Formats: sequence, structure tokens, C-alpha cells
Amino acid sequence: MTSHSPILPEERPRASLYEKRRGVYPQKIDGRFRRLKWLVMLVTLGIYYGVPWIRWDRGPYAPDQAVLIDLAGRRFYMFGIEIWPHEFYFVAGLLIMAGIGLFLVTSAVGRAWCGYSCPQTVWTDLFQHIDRFVDGDRNAQVRLAKAPWGPKKIFKRALKWSIYLLVGFWTGGAWIMYFADAPTLVRDFWSGEAAPVAYITVAILTATTVTLGGFMREQVCIYMCPWPRIQSAMMDEKSLTVTYKHWRGEPRGSLKQSKAKPDLFGACIDCNQCVAVCPTGIDIREGPQIGCITCALCIDACDRVMAEIGRPRGLIDYATLEDCEREQAGEAPRPAWKTLLRPRTIIYSLVWLGVGLGLLFALGARTHVGISVAQDRNPPFMLMSDGSVRNAYTVNLRNMQSRPRQMQLKLEGLPGAVMWTDEMRRDDAVRELVRSAPADSVETLRVYVVAEPGTDEQEFAFTVTTLGDQPETDTSEARFAAPEE
Amino acid sequence: MTNKHVGERRVDEPTGTETVGHEWDGIEELDTPMPRWWLIAFYISILWAAAYVVLYPAWPLVSQATEGVLGWSSRAQLAEEIAKADESKAAVLAALADVPIERLPEDSDLMRQAVAGGRAAFKVNCVQCHGAGAAGGNGYPNLNDDDWLWGGDLQAIEATIIAGIRQPGNEQTRVSQMPGFGGGLLTPEEIGQVADHVLSLSGKSRPNPRGAELFATNCAVCHGDNGRGKREVGAPNLADAIWLYGGKKEDVVKQITSPRHGAMPAWHGRLDPVTIKMLAAYVHSLGGGEDLVEVATGAAAKSDDES
Repeated sequence: MTSHSPILPEERPRASLYEKRRGVYPQKIDGRFRRLKWLVMLVTLGIYYGVPWIRWDRGPYAPDQAVLIDLAGRRFYMFGIEIWPHEFYFVAGLLIMAGIGLFLVTSAVGRAWCGYSCPQTVWTDLFQHIDRFVDGDRNAQVRLAKAPWGPKKIFKRALKWSIYLLVGFWTGGAWIMYFADAPTLVRDFWSGEAAPVAYITVAILTATTVTLGGFMREQVCIYMCPWPRIQSAMMDEKSLTVTYKHWRGEPRGSLKQSKAKPDLFGACIDCNQCVAVCPTGIDIREGPQIGCITCALCIDACDRVMAEIGRPRGLIDYATLEDCEREQAGEAPRPAWKTLLRPRTIIYSLVWLGVGLGLLFALGARTHVGISVAQDRNPPFMLMSDGSVRNAYTVNLRNMQSRPRQMQLKLEGLPGAVMWTDEMRRDDAVRELVRSAPADSVETLRVYVVAEPGTDEQEFAFTVTTLGDQPETDTSEARFAAPEE
Repeated sequence: MTNKHVGERRVDEPTGTETVGHEWDGIEELDTPMPRWWLIAFYISILWAAAYVVLYPAWPLVSQATEGVLGWSSRAQLAEEIAKADESKAAVLAALADVPIERLPEDSDLMRQAVAGGRAAFKVNCVQCHGAGAAGGNGYPNLNDDDWLWGGDLQAIEATIIAGIRQPGNEQTRVSQMPGFGGGLLTPEEIGQVADHVLSLSGKSRPNPRGAELFATNCAVCHGDNGRGKREVGAPNLADAIWLYGGKKEDVVKQITSPRHGAMPAWHGRLDPVTIKMLAAYVHSLGGGEDLVEVATGAAAKSDDES
């Protein structure tokens, strides 16, 4: 840093090692970015609270909740898609898409995730509206914070914190709806019949929501969240960020001063509106910083002031570092599409799209029947009294449709061999057998395969085919072990 | 702060924060104060740790750790969990105690429970001889196959487990004794001829007329004229592919000359009747179990085993 700053005198009193949080009391503001924030908040909270209540008919054998994470049943339902544990790569793929999506958004529009759709931001915003509803706008909040405890303050705090608790409780309550049938769970919850984990989860999420959204707020972004650090590494000179155009604004002077001597002062009238509205309590005029979540409320505030005093808008504005340099050099900014369309964003988009298309393809191509075979290892084979050789297998037949189906299990290869299950007699051994598999479940069979004396060790396969309409088939390779001699 | 770089501390102009005086290639460390909530969280975790040390076992001493005022121990927790598990099994065990083993297959759910319980008990009590996969070994019968020395239905298996094999002092135990033919009863040459005949029964050797004669005189009384054995006396089937002590000629000669006899403990008294029942069900389920013959032959045939 600057080497000319003053050496500290020894006697200078040291600041405390620990610093109390400075209260942030953002002022109410309206403008285009505020309206965008309202919209995002409406959509995200709407999704969060509403989605568990959407119904989706899957027939009599599956739940009718559109989005359901059935942990006990090991199923993940999402509208028309039902994911089994062995298909978890679909979920992994979605997470990869979410990750690349964040990269894409960050390289194009900077910390837009932080500013608009991060849950911490959305809930903090919600709680700050509650603050304004109960305590009034910025100045009233500051006054109340400084006021000694008295009946009025106690009443207001009690009211505000009760609303906090209510929001927190509602947040936790909505979370558990994703893990069980929502209407049933609500009834069980209030009649005390829900699982203990439901109450515990709601209690924990109520506590974290109130703590993080009601009290920690910007401290989470500044001290706890890794994402701002990662994002500052991911932004480049072409990423949009909220910028105070100091070459236009400096030196600051009050409206009166700058009107008196327009040549001496820049556009900034030092009205501090940008600081007043900031939800993280920073001064954007100090330059880009970790506390700036790029919510753009300071842009709204500054634009309004500029409009009032008849100066052009955009003293604080979304801008890329590159455009800032061009503007300072007196050149026109690059068109937005040129900034957005660049190799980095195009590659991110292509990768994102590739993963998405791959997932869609896999989703469309997947079958709803499955077989997996595990051979007994101990003993690997069994010599029978007539000299024939028996191998034992555990065969899992997966019926992934929500209707019961007949399934035909067949031996492929291994001439002369027959099989039977432990529910059949060996005398009834066959090369193909039919089992009915209940809807949406795994049928486990213990299968013995016996081959004629002298059969060599070899590969063969089990094939399962569903009977009835829309037949599907799946095959599993297996090994038949035999004595060496 | 007693820092020798103290003279180099200064206020960083853009942030207004003091530096600590450390510098690496022009990069200086700011002395930004920690947030106070962090300090509070730190104190809370210290208190938590202190409480934990008092409440739970913590300090390792010479022979054991401090016990903690809650008196919690992982051993006691395990005992509690086992007791709870036992309690949850009580109904099944009671049902198993009531049902005679020949009726067990009628209740497929109970049968499944019995097989599962037997699988666990087998791992504790039986694998030492019969192997983890119940495949046995030389001298120890394989329980997966369809060859049974003393019978392979549920009742026979249960009877074998209860009374064991060749257990002195147990009246119910299954006993058979093959004479050693090497002590002068047969000459080594004759024993070789008998062995050839025995192997020819399963096609492993060419027929030996002299051996067949000797077999009819000396062996058929127990093993039967065709060598198919007699379960009543535990005489193994010699005409099948399965050999308890090996199927090569020298193995057979050795067994005729001076037979080995396996023994199995009587489990009555060591294991409770329900566990024995579950073990029988498990062994029966391994793939070679036989159906019960309706015309019960009194003290039914018994244990599994091969020759």
C-alpha cells in the first residue's frame, strides 16, 4: 500500500482486537433495481414456500407431490422424473450445472447471485423490510437503537423479534415439506404426531434463519461465506460490477458549493444516499470491496438524486473495468453484447448446455427396469451329488415404474444350465421364469444355476424383460464358476 | 503489543486500518479487528468444552478415563441398544419357540426371520469347522450341497445339531463307526481293489470284479449293495460325486485302511432351542435342503455330511 502514510506514534491508543458489529439501517428506496429485487424475492420465496404444495398425479402406487425427497423410501420425485439412488448422477449433474451456472453468471454480470438470489440476501432483505415495518425508516431505526430501554422500545423489539421468529418458523416449516407429503405433514405436525426429526429440523432452521437473517446479516457475507472470495478470483475486466465513477464524481462538494464553483467540483454532491440505502453498510465510493454484494440499490439512490438535481444518471452504475478505463480515456463504452459474448462466457455456456443436454438425453434414454446380479463368492461353486455344478446368485429386479409388472428372467448362454429360486423346488428348475414385481420397488431373488457335469467356467448373462405393454429389457453379465479339473 | 516491528506499524490510508508491521514483497498485513460475535462464539465453545469435560468421560488416566458426571459410557450405550434390539425380537423368538420345526415352512415370514437369525448364529458357532460360506472342507461336511449323511430335511438337521455326532455320553448323538480294514481284515491289494470298485460307482474308475466281490462281503452291509449308503447308520453314499475325505484313489484307500470319523458337538444345552431351530432353518436354506417325508421314520435320518 501507500508508503507515504504516517508511521504510528507509539503512544497512539490501539483499537480493540474485537469489534462490535456496526448496525446497518438501510433506508427505503425505490428504483428499477429495487423493483427487480422485489421480483426476484417474490419468485424465489414463492418457489421455496409454494413448490411442496404442487400436486402431481403418479397413479395409486406413488406419492402425488410434485417435488418430494423421500429419504426413507430412497426416492427423489421431481414432477415427471423419479430418481432412484443408483441414478444419483442426475442430481450430481444438476449440481454441476448449478456450479457452472454460477461461474457463467459471475463472469458475465459479477456478483449478481449475491445481490439478488442468494438466500442470505433474500432473507436479509425480508428482515430489513420487517425492521422498517415495525421501527420505521432508517432515521427512526437509528434513534430507536440509541434510545434507552423503555416500554416503547421493549414493545417494538418484542413485536419485531416475534415476527422474526414467525418468519424463521415458516422458513423451517417449509423446508420439511420437501421431505414428506405436505398436507399430511402439516396435520401431523400440529397434532404432535410428526417424526421428532421434523420438529428438530424446524427448530434448527428457525434458529438459523432468525440468527443469520435477523442478526448476522452482512456479517455472513463478509466473514463467513466463501463465495465472495471465490467470486473475486473469478471476475475479470469484462465482468459487470457496481462502480462509483470517481472520475465523474470527484472531488465531491455539496450542491451549494458545486453550484457556486462548478469547475472545482465533480458530480457527487456527497449526499450519502448511496451509503444510507446500502444493506451491508458500505460506502461504494471507496471502490470495489468484499462487502459489496452488487445489489445495485446505491445505483437507484444515486440516480434519484441525480434526477432531482438535474444531472445525468449513472454516477454509480453497473460497469466493467474495461469500460471504466475507456470512459476515463474519453472513448465510448463497448456494446453490451460484446462484453457478454466473449470466449469465457461462451465456453461456460457451452459446457453448461452440454451437461444439460447430456442429462436430458440420459433421462430420455433410461429404462424403467433394471437387473443387478451378485454372485456368491463363498463358496464360488458347489459340486452336487450327481456331479453337476451349482452357482448361487442374488438377483435384484428393479421395477422403476409405479405399477406392478410381470418380469421374465432368462438365462442367456450357458447351454444346458437351468435355474431355480429358493422359493421353488430344484425339480422345477427352468431356463426362464416369471416373477411379478410390485410397483416401484426392487424384487430380490436368490437364484441357483446348475449346469451339467463337466461345464467349464464361463460367462453368461441374466436378462430381464417386462411383460405387458411397453416391454423393457435389461441384461447383466455374470460368471459361472466351476471346478478346475 | 510487544512486537519488535512495532515501530513500523502505521495506518493504511485507503482502509483506515492499522497494519501489524509485517510485510512480504510490499504486501502488508492489516490488523483488522475480529468481529465481536466471533469472540463470543469462541467463548461459548470454550464453555461447551469445559462442560463436556465435566459431563462426559474425558481425561485419560492410568487404567481408565475420568467417568464424567453423567455416567455415560459407550459400553453401557451398546448394552442398552442390544437390550432394545433383543426386546424387538422377542415376539419373533416366542413364535419360533412355539412352532414345531416341521411346521416352520408354512409361515414364510417366520421362516425368513429364522433363516436370518440362523445366518447370524452360524457365523458365531459353526464357521470354525464348516467355514464362513458353509462350504466345509476336507473332513468337514459342505452344507450347501444336496448330499446328506444323516438326512437333510428340517427335522433331521435339527436333530443333528441338538445331539451332535459321535459325542460321548450323549444318548441321542449320531454314532457310526467304520471298521479299519487295514488291520488284517483286508490286504493292501484287496483294499486297492475295493477302492477301484468304489470309484467305479461314480464312473471314476473301471469296474473291478474282485473289488465288487469284496465290497459285497465287507461293505454292503452299511453302504448298501449299490454303494448308495444308508442314512440310518450315517453310511455315506459312495456312488455320488461328493467325497468328504477326498475322491482320489489314495484318499479312498486311506479311508478304507484306517477310517477317520468326524465329530460335532451336541448343541443342546449350549444353544437355546430357538437358536438351534434357526440354525436348522438356515442350513436347510442353503440350497440343498430336502423336503420332509410325510411318513416320518421315527428318529429321522440325521446330519449332513459326505463320504
